[in-house]
Amino acid sequence: MRLPEQIKRLGLVVGVLVAAVLVGRFAVIPRSLVATELHQATTVAREIAKPMKFAGTAACQDCHDDVSIKKAKGYHKNLSCEGCHGPAAKHAEDPSSGKPAAPRDRKSCPVCHIYDASRPTGFPQINPTSHNPLKPCITCHNPHDPVPPKVPQECSACHGQIERTKAVSSHALLACTTCHKVPPLHKTAPRSALPSKPETREFCGACHGKGAPQKDAPKVDVSAHGGRFQCWQCHYPHLPEGRG
Amino acid sequence: MNKRDFLKGMILFFPAGGLLEMAANAAAKETAATDAAGAQPAAKGAPAASAYNGDKHYYGMGIEIDKCIGCSRCVEACKAENDVPQEPFYFRTWIERYVITKDHGVIVESINVKGKAAKETPQEDRDVIRTFFVPKLCNHCIHPPCVQVCPVGATFSTKDGVVLVDSERCVGCRYCIQACPYGARYLHPKTRTADKCNFCYHRVVKGLLPACVEVCPTQARIFGDLKSKASRLTRFYRMNKIHVLKPALNTEPKVYYAGLDGEVR
Repeated sequence: MRLPEQIKRLGLVVGVLVAAVLVGRFAVIPRSLVATELHQATTVAREIAKPMKFAGTAACQDCHDDVSIKKAKGYHKNLSCEGCHGPAAKHAEDPSSGKPAAPRDRKSCPVCHIYDASRPTGFPQINPTSHNPLKPCITCHNPHDPVPPKVPQECSACHGQIERTKAVSSHALLACTTCHKVPPLHKTAPRSALPSKPETREFCGACHGKGAPQKDAPKVDVSAHGGRFQCWQCHYPHLPEGRG
Repeated sequence: MNKRDFLKGMILFFPAGGLLEMAANAAAKETAATDAAGAQPAAKGAPAASAYNGDKHYYGMGIEIDKCIGCSRCVEACKAENDVPQEPFYFRTWIERYVITKDHGVIVESINVKGKAAKETPQEDRDVIRTFFVPKLCNHCIHPPCVQVCPVGATFSTKDGVVLVDSERCVGCRYCIQACPYGARYLHPKTRTADKCNFCYHRVVKGLLPACVEVCPTQARIFGDLKSKASRLTRFYRMNKIHVLKPALNTEPKVYYAGLDGEVR
């Protein structure tokens, strides 16, 4: 079959255009303009080259082994040095370039240890207005081994949240030891010896059962009220829901 | 410049660029060959970074809600490490306080304002059912919406599972900031480009922890390699009941939360 002359010419023009585009795209335009992997590799290289501000705890241990040995035994063993002392990569590189800050006032420690209702219970929290006001924390606590100078007498030293909840509840006037037996070891090694918790319904019934001597405590029939469940499965003893 | 000049310039510019690149490639090959022959000792500190192989890692973060005390040390460390502006509203990582009240209200506030006193009104505690802190950051999603929408391809996932922003390619159109369902991106006021958490990539490739994980005093943040069988993250992932933020969006975040409350959005 004979192609008409005008189709041949059109085909030639189209062919030349396609070839021009292909040559342009793959040969003429530099690869750095279109290659995504090159851009990404450049970005990765640029990110890696960024300077560090925090040296990391391992770098501190190289010189300050005395402090790190002390710290490894105390409650602060998991803390990073630079968490309190601030970024110190410069100091690690060249110790003569200046010392990292050491917080010695009353501002730094409460960042973690001020009472805050949203914090997990059991995390040591203090009320800075009543806890040795105006004294810098380091006069009593060594931050590298923060053992209290004397064994805390009151439970609220660590259990601030329960203490405050209880303070506005109907149980405000009860001492913690009314319901909890606290082994002496708990005060020095809190996790090694836990305080006891009441285990029976009769324990609450001593005040809240029919015929109990407490006049102002709400009374229930302990044998029937609540069926087979324990009291604290419905009532939170530190803030009993019974009264608004 | 008129049209004729422009076209003339184009005709010269692109072939010239191609030729230049060819020449540069040839030169690079030559120098590489001489380097190999000379066997120069590598600079100090360089081996750690050059020996790094991205294919062998896949990074993620674990967050244990029950351990976070809301001290904001991670936020401060992140700002110091990554030159994030000190003003509020610019965060690569931040902490939210959730308060769930008796009337089923949920109060969420960002607690990163420095020196803001904790609540001192125990009376209010009566109405609180539960309250806790939630640290947040870029989730480094396996299917990141921000990467999909970027019109210039400036943001991308690396082989080791980190979503990065090419600040020289970013045109600052803010599309990714809108697209991120977690609000993890912001426009850097100085560079006018999108900025976000990069897992402290410059630290991670050298075997160090991200700054926020480094300073976290209660180990609420855990960083690690999902490809390693014995990383802290792998263990965290095995030992806890894990949830991620907004799983229904199928973004597949790699920031895993243990003890996450259903009210957290």
